[in-house]
Amino acid sequence: MKKKATLLDTLIGIVMFFCLWQLAALLVNRPILPSPVVVVPLFFAHITGDLGLHFLASAGRVLAAVCLATLFAAPLGLALGQMPQLDRILSPLIAIIYPIPKIIFLPVIYVLMGISDFSKITLIAIIIFFQILVVVRDEASGLKKELLLSVKSLGAGRRALFRYVYLPASLPAVLTALRISVGTAVAVLFIAEQSLTSYGLGYYIVIETYQVLLYPEMYTGIMGMGLLGVLLYFAIYAIELKVSRHRFVE
Amino acid sequence: MIKIHNLTFGYGGTKLLFEDFSFNIKRGESWSVIGPSGCGKTTLLYLIAGLQQPSEGEIRIGKEKIIRARPSTGLVLQDHGLLPWATILENTRLGLKIRKFYGPDGKHSPANAVHDAAKDADRVEYWLHWLGIAHLKAMYPAQLSRGQRQRAAIARTLVLGPDLLLMDEPFSALDAPIREELQKVMNRFHQESGLTSLTVTHDIEEAVMLGEKILVLGNSCNRLPQIIDNHLSGEIDKRTDPEFLKRCSALRDLLARYTTRDAGINSGSR
Repeated sequence: MKKKATLLDTLIGIVMFFCLWQLAALLVNRPILPSPVVVVPLFFAHITGDLGLHFLASAGRVLAAVCLATLFAAPLGLALGQMPQLDRILSPLIAIIYPIPKIIFLPVIYVLMGISDFSKITLIAIIIFFQILVVVRDEASGLKKELLLSVKSLGAGRRALFRYVYLPASLPAVLTALRISVGTAVAVLFIAEQSLTSYGLGYYIVIETYQVLLYPEMYTGIMGMGLLGVLLYFAIYAIELKVSRHRFVE
Repeated sequence: MIKIHNLTFGYGGTKLLFEDFSFNIKRGESWSVIGPSGCGKTTLLYLIAGLQQPSEGEIRIGKEKIIRARPSTGLVLQDHGLLPWATILENTRLGLKIRKFYGPDGKHSPANAVHDAAKDADRVEYWLHWLGIAHLKAMYPAQLSRGQRQRAAIARTLVLGPDLLLMDEPFSALDAPIREELQKVMNRFHQESGLTSLTVTHDIEEAVMLGEKILVLGNSCNRLPQIIDNHLSGEIDKRTDPEFLKRCSALRDLLARYTTRDAGINSGSR
């Protein structure tokens, strides 16, 4: 059983965050840390313009990567969880690849796949892929033998087991994995967008604002990227609350 | 109704649990199967359920040779096997949903199964009430006590209207008072429905309470079935009577004989 994060918690968090930011801005008192009083209005002024386009470009890339990763990782995780023989062969390999920070393959992927959105999306998808793969596999292999047997005794063959057991059992795990890995995904996006594109918040923050010393504008980009992470996190969390209600009951 | 004919089975080919083992169960009888751990009592249940296949011999239920799980055999295991993410109501409906999913194909669902949403809903309600858990149907398994979960598992099985009920240590994870309560429930169920049933247990009292016939298995290869006729089953309130105690102690002696390695295993008198 987990505790639900309430709306009030979230509001308190936001207020505290902006207070701290303001305090830090006063203490540092240099152009590199403008006050939220300057940045927030600027953010809302720009979000309907160019900043909004950068935001959409970034959001689109992350979402595409999430879909791509889930599409490949969830079925493979299910298969590994259901077939211990296959899992025994592949699990040492997965254990080695899992902790490697996939961002280091950025140049390789650029050269192999070319300078396109697709290469950036692939890079992020690879990161999320392993997160989902591991949790779905563990969830599927952790299903009790008795549970499977008794559902089989109700008449379920492979297809019904998939539909009524494996799918609902792994969906919450997929969502948890996504929620946890979405932060890393946005971080990698930030790096990937710094080159070879002209749209995206990473590009906006580093190339369009930071390098020309537009600090308040740079912060609107930072806010956008932060907001992207927060929105994705809570969107997934909201779906989780709906899908895995049994995990949140008292 | 059930004919077990020249059954031979062992795991990994080293040690046989059953060899040339035959016995019959008549329609409407309630059987209990007792024996020391590793004697193959659960295996026997799985074989009858069609979840495992004999290496030789055959098991027939009615006229049908069992080669896969049979849709009208109900199975209740020690671990309730409820879906943790589904409410009690959804869990109870699971079997019906699976039947609807396949349609009446005779393999996953009886060939004469008719899907009627209203009747199905009534049946689910009926069994939830009968087992005294109707007020819990919106809850998740984790919110229920062990006894309540086991009641839900039984409801889920009975909703499908099985013609044979197999139970593997259904109550052994429960506290004594809850266990007795459920034994009473199952006794009442057997008296009302007359359903053929087979309950595996390691509890001597439970074997006497639930089985009109008690099959005793030994922990080395079983060849000749040792079967006790027991007219004391179903009378849970008499379990302190001298006759009941005598039957339990006789069964205990028999089990002790069957558990040791050399002492005349399966040279039983039947």
